[in-house]
Amino acid sequence: MLTIADKTFHSRLFTGTGKFSSSQTMAAALASSGSELVTVALKRVDLQDQSDDMLQQLKTEKIHLLPNTSGVRNAKEAVFAAQLAREALQTNWIKLEIHPDPKYLLPDPIETLLATEELAKLGFVVLPYIHADPVLCKRLEDCGTAAVMPLGAPIGSNLGLKTEDFLRIIIEQSRVPVIVDAGIGAPSHAAQAMEMGADAVLVNTAIAVAKDPIQMALAFKMAVEAGRMAYLSGLGQQGTSAVPSSPLTSFLDV
Amino acid sequence: MSSFFDIFQQYAWDSVREQIYAKTDGDVQRALSSTRRSLEDFKALISPAALPYLEQMAQASHRLTQKRFGKTIQMYIPLYLSNECTNICTYCGFSLDNKVRRKTLTEKELLEEVKVIKDLGYEHVLLVTGEANQTVHTDYFKKVLRLIRPHFAQISMEIQPLDRQEYEMLIPEGLHSVLVYQETYHQEDYRKHHPKGKKSNFRYRLETPDRAGQAGVHKIGLGVLIGLEDWRTDSFFTALHLRYLEKTYWQTKYSLSFPRLRPFSGGLPPKVEMNDRELVQLICAYRLLDEELELSLSTRETETFRNHCIPLGITSISAGSKTNPGGYTAATDSLEQFEISDERSPQEMAEVISKQGYEAVWKDWDRVL
Repeated sequence: MLTIADKTFHSRLFTGTGKFSSSQTMAAALASSGSELVTVALKRVDLQDQSDDMLQQLKTEKIHLLPNTSGVRNAKEAVFAAQLAREALQTNWIKLEIHPDPKYLLPDPIETLLATEELAKLGFVVLPYIHADPVLCKRLEDCGTAAVMPLGAPIGSNLGLKTEDFLRIIIEQSRVPVIVDAGIGAPSHAAQAMEMGADAVLVNTAIAVAKDPIQMALAFKMAVEAGRMAYLSGLGQQGTSAVPSSPLTSFLDV
Repeated sequence: MSSFFDIFQQYAWDSVREQIYAKTDGDVQRALSSTRRSLEDFKALISPAALPYLEQMAQASHRLTQKRFGKTIQMYIPLYLSNECTNICTYCGFSLDNKVRRKTLTEKELLEEVKVIKDLGYEHVLLVTGEANQTVHTDYFKKVLRLIRPHFAQISMEIQPLDRQEYEMLIPEGLHSVLVYQETYHQEDYRKHHPKGKKSNFRYRLETPDRAGQAGVHKIGLGVLIGLEDWRTDSFFTALHLRYLEKTYWQTKYSLSFPRLRPFSGGLPPKVEMNDRELVQLICAYRLLDEELELSLSTRETETFRNHCIPLGITSISAGSKTNPGGYTAATDSLEQFEISDERSPQEMAEVISKQGYEAVWKDWDRVL
């Protein structure tokens, strides 16, 4: 069981709601993923309209909504968006996304730190999307972040864990849950993150854009479970199976 | 302050044109197999040498677009505020010398139009005008934005080029995107097609995206009017402009349109024809150059063509459009800017989109952002 702030999760696979071909497909894929935390872009839903199709589909007991601030460009806008989300969706959880660069959607570390500090003070459970920067993670902890969400690769890129070495440092050092977000393009990437000791992963594009999103969601569910089980079981050390001869020290044996 | 004009001057139309037409099969293959494509690759992809690779380009464009935008198509609709215009443009129905009745919407008429558009389901709107600085000016736009902002999630404008300070004034009122088409990057031809009015100033128009970018506009739309000049050369200059803007105003998003010259009452026939195959080639080439670029397709294009374009790389589509001020409430089409080809309603279009395995998205922004 994974605990973040006041909630516990059976599933360590977090998902998103973007890029699906219909709200029905989205709902079916989310059900198949077993995910209990689902992020939804404020800009995509009609907060004034309680009959909003996407929100309707997400109203199940199992799913906790995680509104995200995608679209904002600085801390000020992010804080405003978070307050709006809290009021409209009745949750103080917020996935902080501040990516002023529309090309690679890379997160702005300075604005993210400022916003986390402010939102934590206001009583939000903040999950910031960040670059895989170990020092930034520690600074966010100091500000009261509920978890950190470092990227594996740019959003939607499906490139896998390009930041692997830094993710390892973050996982080693972190006092809050580490959720690997962005870039996970295949179940094997998700399994790899879990084997490394990540507390959870967030996957959206790879499920939504698959030919069969429902089956792909299931594949991710299984991969996350397998990766976690392997981590808990203690992976064998990697290395070449044969012990090489010792040309430098063999003289000692003579 | 430096602008795109400095870069633009380093290129000569004729040599760019020659380079594009000299691209070979090998250049196209190299461009296709590359993962980060350059403007030289783009030249190859829009060249005649790439035509045999159209299906391959389409497949790649389809995959890249889905990866970035998912299985969604954004819906938008134009709202014509005015057809008053002090410019003469040889291809446009609003041209000063075209004898049509001129009209600028009053506040009451505007709100009536808004109601019809909202009832169609739209949350994103594109405001369109001619250029009549005496009546349709920044104060008028301010008034318009204040009136309609509560009704829309996102407001774009395709109006006369403004100064940086004017854009800065309109952004807090709800201006999100600015669309400004260069029409053609061929300076001499530009002069021929715009003999009178403020629009005849090529450089002022060319530097409009710079001014919008400096002001901090969220999204800037570029394009040329296809048919005025060789579309390949014009598209290269559009791509050059795009690359410059992306680097300079790195917080801004960009969109592109490909309007093909359509007939209007008393208008000029296109000098250069672009067929459907070539338009598909251009759409795919832009996608292969730039994964995150929004590509839109208007009702200028036919039903069949638009249906087939949905999975090709297009990310936003209009439907049910009227191109005259008051068009959504009045019965007559007599003041229109150009004739539309696809008369389907937004709901019909959304069904077509859904049948192809895509979701029509009506809202992807929020007025509070």
